[in-house]
Amino acid sequence: MTRNWLLGAASSLTVLALASVPAMAQTKFDFWYGLSGDLSDRIQEMCEDFNASQSDYEIVCTSQNDYDTNLQNTIAAFRANKQPTISQIFDAGTLDLMLSQAYLPIKDLMSQNGYDIDWSNYFSGIASYYSTSKGELLSMPFNSSTAMIYYNTDALAKVGFEGLPTTWTQVEDVARKMKAAGYECPVAFDAAGVWQWYEQFSAIHNQPIATLGNGFGGLDAEMAASKGLFVDQLTWIKKMYDEGLFINKSKETGETELDSFANGHCQVFSGSVAGHGSVTAKAIPELHWDVAMLPMMEGHERTNSLVGGASLWTLKGKTEEEYKGAAAFFNFLATPKQAEWWSTVTGYIPVTNTGFEAMKANGFYDAAPYKGREKAIESLTFTPPTENTRGIRLGNYASIRAEMVKTIQDVLFNNKPVKESLEAFDAKGNEILRRFQATYKDAQLP
Amino acid sequence: MERRAFYRNGTLPWLLIGPQLLLVLVFFYWPTSQALYWAFTLEQPWGGGNTWVGWDNFAAIFRDSEYWTVVGRSTFYATVTTLLSMAVALTLAVFADRALKGTKLFQSVYVWPYAIAAPAAGVAFRFIFAPESGLIGAINQMWPGIWNPAINGWQALGMVIVCHAWLGIGYNFIFFLAALQMIPKSLSEAGAMDGARPFRRMLDLQLPLIAPTVFFLLIMNLISSFTDSFGLIDTMTEGGPFGSTEVMVYKIYFDGFKGFDYSGAAAQSIVLMLLVIALTIIQFTWVEKRVHYH
Repeated sequence: MTRNWLLGAASSLTVLALASVPAMAQTKFDFWYGLSGDLSDRIQEMCEDFNASQSDYEIVCTSQNDYDTNLQNTIAAFRANKQPTISQIFDAGTLDLMLSQAYLPIKDLMSQNGYDIDWSNYFSGIASYYSTSKGELLSMPFNSSTAMIYYNTDALAKVGFEGLPTTWTQVEDVARKMKAAGYECPVAFDAAGVWQWYEQFSAIHNQPIATLGNGFGGLDAEMAASKGLFVDQLTWIKKMYDEGLFINKSKETGETELDSFANGHCQVFSGSVAGHGSVTAKAIPELHWDVAMLPMMEGHERTNSLVGGASLWTLKGKTEEEYKGAAAFFNFLATPKQAEWWSTVTGYIPVTNTGFEAMKANGFYDAAPYKGREKAIESLTFTPPTENTRGIRLGNYASIRAEMVKTIQDVLFNNKPVKESLEAFDAKGNEILRRFQATYKDAQLP
Repeated sequence: MERRAFYRNGTLPWLLIGPQLLLVLVFFYWPTSQALYWAFTLEQPWGGGNTWVGWDNFAAIFRDSEYWTVVGRSTFYATVTTLLSMAVALTLAVFADRALKGTKLFQSVYVWPYAIAAPAAGVAFRFIFAPESGLIGAINQMWPGIWNPAINGWQALGMVIVCHAWLGIGYNFIFFLAALQMIPKSLSEAGAMDGARPFRRMLDLQLPLIAPTVFFLLIMNLISSFTDSFGLIDTMTEGGPFGSTEVMVYKIYFDGFKGFDYSGAAAQSIVLMLLVIALTIIQFTWVEKRVHYH
C-alpha cells in the first residue's frame, strides 16, 4: 500500500518534472499598456502573434485602461519592485521617464542583444520626441499619430467650397456659410483637445510652447503661450464660439467631437489621425468625409507637426533573459509586415521611412478606407524638426496640459480675457516646472 | 468610584487587540507616516530619492490662491450636501415613522441608495444629467441652453452635490428613523391631544428629542462630504469645467496621481486630515457632552 503510494507519487513527480521542462525554458515577461477597447484587442492579437512566432519567450500583455492609469501603475509597481519589463508611456510623460533613472535606453538594449537597427530609418519628427537632446533614442516609438482636421465633404459642397480648406480663415468662412445653410454645428470643439488646438497649432506655426526649445535645453525652461500666435488663435476660437460656429462637444455634453462628426451632427472636427479608423467604423452610411492637415493661419509658413501617442520604455531591474525577450519583441514590432498590420487595423501611422514607403508602394493609401492617412506623414515630415517642433520636454507636462484645458474653458465659458488668462496659464505652468526642477534638483537633462 | 472589570493577565488584552492593531498599523498609521514624511520632503515619483524641504510644501499650497478657492469650495460642498441630505432624510423618516399606508415598504426602500457605490451612481447620474442626451437634457428642448453642466460651473457643482446628498439619504434615514422610533409614542400622542399638528410636533417635540442623532449625523455627513466625494467627481466631471468641481480630495488625487507632485499632494492630505480630526474632536467633546436631553 505504502509502496504503491510512494511509487505513484514518484511517478507523478517525474511526469510533472518532465512537463515543466519546456515551460522552464520559456521566459515570461510583462508588457503593460494604456489602451482599451478595440485598440486593446489589437494589442492582444499582436502579443499572440509574437508568442506564436517563436518559442523562447512569452509576452504577457496587460491593459491598464488608459495612459494615465498605466503610468500611475507602472510607477507604483516600480517602487514596489514589481514593474513590467515594458511599459507604454504617452508623449506627455516622456520627461518624467527620462529623469526617472528607471529605464534602459532602447539603443543599448537592442545592440547588447545583437539586433542591428537602422535608427535613422525612423521619422526624425518621431525619433526626436523620444530622444535625448543629443539625439540618442531612449524609447521605442510605438503608436504614433498627429493631429488632423476632418471635413464633411457634403457640407463643404453645399456651401460651394471646392477642395478642402487649408487656412483657418477659410474654415471660418465655410463655417459661417454652413450656419447660414442651416447646419446647427459647423465645427465641433472640445477644450480638452489641448493637444491639437494648442500644441500642434504651435508646432506647425513654429511657435515655442516653452523657452529653451520647448525644454530640450534644460529644466529651467519657461512657458511661452502668452507670447506667441496662440493669443490670436484663442481670441479667434472665442469669437467663433460666441458666434455659434464652434460648438462645445465633449464627453460631458453627452457626445464627443468624433461622435458628433461621425453622426453627422457636426461638419468639421479636429483630432488625431488615430481616430481615422473610428470615424470609418462609426460614420453613418450617408456621411461623406475627408481628412486634411491642420489648417494654417493666413500668411504663415508651415512647419512639421508633433508626434502624439506613446512609446515603449524598457524598465530597469529585470533579468537578462527578460531583456532578451523584450529586444526580440521590439524587433518583431519593427518588421515591415508587423508595422503594416498595426497601421492597417488601427489609425496609427508607420514610424519608419521604409515602412511608409512599403505601404505606399502596396497601394495602401490609394483607396478608402485608408486614403487620407498619408497626409499625417506629410504633416509630420513637412519640414525637418525645428527648435520648436522636435517635441515637448517639460516636467509634469500632464498637469500643464490640464491647466491649459481650464484656461481655454475659462475663456470660452466665463468670458475671461484671452491675454490675461494665457499669462496666468504661463505663470501656473512655470510654477509646475519649478517644482519639477526642485524635485530633480541634481538631475541633468539627458 | 465606578467598578470596572479588568484583566489581571498583562498579555491577553494585547493578544486580543493585536489583529485589529496590526490592521490599523498597516492600513492607517504606516501610510499616514509616509504622507507626513513626504509632506516635508520633495519626493521623486519614481523613488529615486528625496530632499528635506521643511515647511516649504505647506507654504507653497497656502500661498496658492487657487488652493484657498478649493478649500472654500469644499466647505460649501460639504455644508450644502450635508444640509440637503439630512433635510430630505429627516422629512422621509418623519413620514415613514407615522403610521401611514405603505410605511413598512418605504422604511426599507429609502435605504437602498446607500448600498450603491459612488462611481456606479456617478456613471448613472452622468447619463441622467447629460445636457444633450440625458433625461434632464429634455428641458433643453423647452428652453434651449438652460441646462449645461459641461460649461456652467455652478450647475456642475450643483449636480455633484445633489448626487452626493442622494447617496447619503439612506444612511441618514436609518439613523433618523431609529431615533424617532425611540421616542415614546405617548409624548407624541400627548402633543396631538393638545392640538399640535404633525409639523409642530416635529419641531417642538421630535427634533429636540433626537438632537444627539442630528448632531452625530451632522458631523458624520460633513466628514463624508469632505472625504468621499472622489468617486462621484471622477466619474461625473473630473473636476471640470474649468476646475469648478475640484474639491480638496480631488485636487489631492489630481496633483498626486496625474501631476506626480507626491509631496504637494501629501501636504494637502495632511491638511485635510487635520480638518477631519478637528471635526472628530468636536464630535467627541462638544457634541457628545452638551447635546443631551434630560
